[in-house]
This record gives sequence, structure tokens and C-alpha cells, in this order.
Amino acid sequence: MTALLRTDGVSKSFGGVHALSDCSIEVARGSIAGLIGPNGSGKTTLFNMITGYGQVDSGDVYLDDAKITNLAPDRVFALGIGRTFQLTRVFSRLTVMENMIVAAHYKERSGERGGWLRNPFARAGGAATRQRAMELLEFTGIAKLAGDRAETLSYGQRKLLELSYVLIADPEIILLDEPAGGVNPTLIGTISERIRELNRQGTTFLIVEHNMEFVMGLCDRVTVLDNGTPVVSGAPDVIRNDHRVLDAYLGTAEEDDDSSAA
Amino acid sequence: MRGAALWRAGGLVVLLAAAAVIPLAKNVTVTHVGVFVLLYVGAAVAWNIFSGFTGYISLGAAVFFGTGVYTVALMSKHLNLAGGIVFALYPLAGLVAAVVAVPFGLVALRVRRHTFVVVTIAVFFIFQLMASNFSWTGATTGIFPPFLNWDPATFDMPFYYTALIIAIASAVLAWAIWGSRFGLQLRAIRDDEDRARGLGVKTMRAKLTAFVISGFITGMLGGLYFYFQSEALPQYAFNPFFDLTIALMAFLGGFGTLSGPIFGALLLEPYLGYAQFQVSNAYVAEGVLGALFLVVIILLPRGILPTAGEKLTALRASRQRRAAARGIGPPPGAPAGAAPAGSAAGPTARSAP
Repeated sequence: MTALLRTDGVSKSFGGVHALSDCSIEVARGSIAGLIGPNGSGKTTLFNMITGYGQVDSGDVYLDDAKITNLAPDRVFALGIGRTFQLTRVFSRLTVMENMIVAAHYKERSGERGGWLRNPFARAGGAATRQRAMELLEFTGIAKLAGDRAETLSYGQRKLLELSYVLIADPEIILLDEPAGGVNPTLIGTISERIRELNRQGTTFLIVEHNMEFVMGLCDRVTVLDNGTPVVSGAPDVIRNDHRVLDAYLGTAEEDDDSSAA
Repeated sequence: MRGAALWRAGGLVVLLAAAAVIPLAKNVTVTHVGVFVLLYVGAAVAWNIFSGFTGYISLGAAVFFGTGVYTVALMSKHLNLAGGIVFALYPLAGLVAAVVAVPFGLVALRVRRHTFVVVTIAVFFIFQLMASNFSWTGATTGIFPPFLNWDPATFDMPFYYTALIIAIASAVLAWAIWGSRFGLQLRAIRDDEDRARGLGVKTMRAKLTAFVISGFITGMLGGLYFYFQSEALPQYAFNPFFDLTIALMAFLGGFGTLSGPIFGALLLEPYLGYAQFQVSNAYVAEGVLGALFLVVIILLPRGILPTAGEKLTALRASRQRRAAARGIGPPPGAPAGAAPAGSAAGPTARSAP
């Protein structure tokens, strides 16, 4: 299997804090990869480094063996990496449909010539775009909210909207930051079903999640991040039984002894 | 919904008709104030195309206005222009202001929120200082146009109608941008700029384009001002009060809405114009304005139109509820004995799922 997305020795510090140090991960094309680790282990920072929401201190990011290190977010998106955010970020004063159309602009544009001077007053979202948007909203189950302002959506519905508008650009790989966080169990089931279906159609996923049931049930391969470095990577069964994972989450046994002694 | 659209269209027609016939009354004062009103309508709409749509509050619109004033002033001074040709200079004034907007925007649009506001104010003062210190701008004595020997009774009329055309054209442009792909990108930037960028929106390009469009319109209005007021003085061409007034107008009417700035300007500028002529002490007039601003911020933080619209919707909904509860006028199509609870939830269900 070839790696669709690869980070090679990525490091990032915020002041004196090493959020990522020498972090190398690989996501195989067509797979669903999981990224787990305790809070502050650098998962979201790694997402930010990949998607252009920050500059790496050293190391490189590759998409399909092409270097995409430190490209701006709009370029990264155009190259086929979509992402969602841990705390959902939708355009609250736009309608659900308008949210979809914003994300579709890149796709619409790539089919036309002209760039800057192309008719700037063209009505937002052609019929084809709206239809595609509607299909995706049906797919994620929020089609009936298409005309509502995004600020009226519940947290779970916003998560679905984020997933929907990332999908409209047909990205090769989607990075999901805690898709199940704060979402009710039924909706978690829906989300994981949708991810599986998209994966069958060829979309690759990299998922950060704390819900172990969700990650272990969904992912082909799971990487554990601790203190900004991958400590172990493997199939869910392997990860579940690896002592280093427990160490990462709970601290080592020795440390426990020390703390109880103190 | 259709009723609302009809009301809106009707209101627009009445407004335009009134605007078109006002100068025919041949009242010099009214026409003079009218030019100022239209000038501020245009400027507030232009301000809204950038600041209202993107959420970047600019207090530097006077940079464009003053640039327009001085562009036309310098042309008139060096070419000694008088007569109908002066109206042909407006687009040129807009163009120069638009050119100024490019470096201005490239610097200021790198920062956001309060920092952006401060940068626009700083740039504004740089321009005011330049205008009052360079010899080629006439420094503090300014520039005065050649005498226009037009009939004083109708002197303001051509300015009135050109200002009306610019104001209408700006409003139509704002409307066209609002629903366009470009407008949607601007509004996405207002809600979450970084997220918009992550969805492929070229945010800097979009912001700068809106900034330049806004500058072009404001520059044209500055060009109009020069012959209309027959002066280009640094403190009036680059007037901090201008910046504050148009921002206030937009906030008063409804920040980030299409008709809000127009409404705000129509409401506020007649008062300012009246106060200029009638209130002997200018500080009283400004004090009233300040008090009004406080009232708006405290009671109607989102502006008159959005708040009034909400109140109206709520009123209508509660009236429907009451009617349904009394059993009078069930919603069309509903069976006579329809559960009141269901029909009451109808109007509000969409806004609060």
C-alpha cells in the first residue's frame, strides 16, 4: 500500500512547549486511520500542520509524495485534503445551503476559465451545485434544515454540516477532529456508518477521537501519539493490548507508585 | 412572504419617487440637505459592501473620500475646469481612490478586529496630515474651484441628481454582490475567516476586492463634494466625523444588512443637516447624536431594521397563536379541530428546532 498522506519528522513548538517532536505518520490510500492519545499529545496540532493552519518548525508533509509543507489552508484544500474541527466551525449567519455553497466554490471554479476576471456577480451556487449539496445533506440526514441559519443547528447537526460541506469538494482524504465528541450515541452510529460508506467509495480518512469504541470499530490502523511523538502504530487489536498505550494515557506504573508514595 | 416582498417593493418605489421629485420644489435648503443625504446614503452603502459584509469595521473611509475630493480639486486647479465637464471627473476620482485602496488594504487587511480599526484610523490621519502639510495640496488653505456661474436657485440640482444616481447604483451593486458567489465568500469571512480559507476561499483577494469597490464609490462621492461645496480643505475632505457618521448610520439601520445603511443614512443625515442650519450650538447637535448612538448600542445593538423585523415576526406569531387558541381562523388547510399546540408551534418551529 502506498501512503496517501505522510508526515516526515514534523516538529512544532509553542514557546517552550514541544507540541510535536519528530512526528512521522503515514495514512495508506483507501484506509481509515485513527489517531489517539491523551489530551495535549499533539493530535490537533498535527492536523493544523497538515492543513496549513500553522507553520512547522521542521519536517515535511507529503500528499501523494508531493511536498505540501506549510502551504496555505486554501491551497491544501484545493489539493484534496478536507478537515473538520474539534469545536465545530460553521458559518453561523449563513443558511445550511449557503454553507455548502461556500465550500463548493473551489470545485465550481476549477471547472471554469478566467480566474480573477470571471463574472464576479454570478449567482452563488448553480443548479448542479445546489443539487449536489442537497444530495449530500440527504446523505448526512440534515436536508430538511437546508434553509435554516446554521446558528440554529444543534451541536451534532453542526458536526454533520461540517462533514457535508467538506464532502462537497470531493476531497481525497478527510481529517476528522473528534467527530463523535459531544454527540449522542444514535448520531455517533450514523456518523460512523457514513464514514464507512464514504470509505467504500474510495475516500481516505484520518480520525482523531477519544471515543475508543468508535475508533477501534472503525479504523484499519491506529496510531498513538504521546507528547508529540508517535509511540505505537498498528491494527486496533494490537493497540488495545499494547502496554505503551496504557502508559501514554495513564502514566507508567512506576510513576503511579511515585505519586502514591508522595 | 409575498406580502412582505410587495410592501418592500412598494416602499422602494415611494422612496425613489420622493427622491426624484424633491428638488422640483425649488427649495434651496432642502435640495442642499438632500445632496448631503444622498452622499451619505452612497457612502454608507459603500462602507457596508466592505465592512458590513466582511465584519471588518473600517474607520478609514474618509481616506477614499478625501482622495476623491483632492483628485478633482487638483484637476480643476491645473486644468481650470468648469462647466458640465466636472461631472465626468467623478469616475476618475473613484479610480484614484480605488488605486489608493490597494496598498491601504494590503497593509490593513493583514490584521483583524480592533487592530484593523486602529490601523485604518492611523492611515486616515496620515492622509489628513499629508493634505494639510504638502504644498501641492494647498496645505491648510486648501484648494478652491473656478467659479461656476450657474443659477444659485438651481445650483445644487445637478449635484443632487448625480448623487442620486451614484447612491442607487451603489445600492444595486451591493444587492448584486450580496447574492453572488463573491458576496457569499465575504459573508463567510465575516462568520469565520479561517474556516473559509480552509474551504478554499481566497480570503485576502475577496477582502481586498470589496475594499477597493468600497473605495471607488466613496472616492466618486468625494469628487462630487468638491464642486458641490466649492472647497477642498484638509479638515473637511479628511474628516474623522465622516468615518464615524457612516459607521453609525450602518449600525443604526442594521449592521451587515442590505437596507440597514440606507435606512440609517436617511434617518440620520436629515437630522445632521437640519442641526447644522437650525441648532445654533454645534456641540448640542453632536451631543444629541452621541446620546442617540448610546441608545442604539444599548437598546438596539443590531440596528433598527433587524430588531424591528424580529419584533414584528414575534408579534405576528403570537397573534396567530392567540387566534388559534381562540379557535378563530385556523391555518388554511388545517382541519377545524386541529390541535392548537401544533399550529402554534408552526411559525416558530423553523427558527428554534
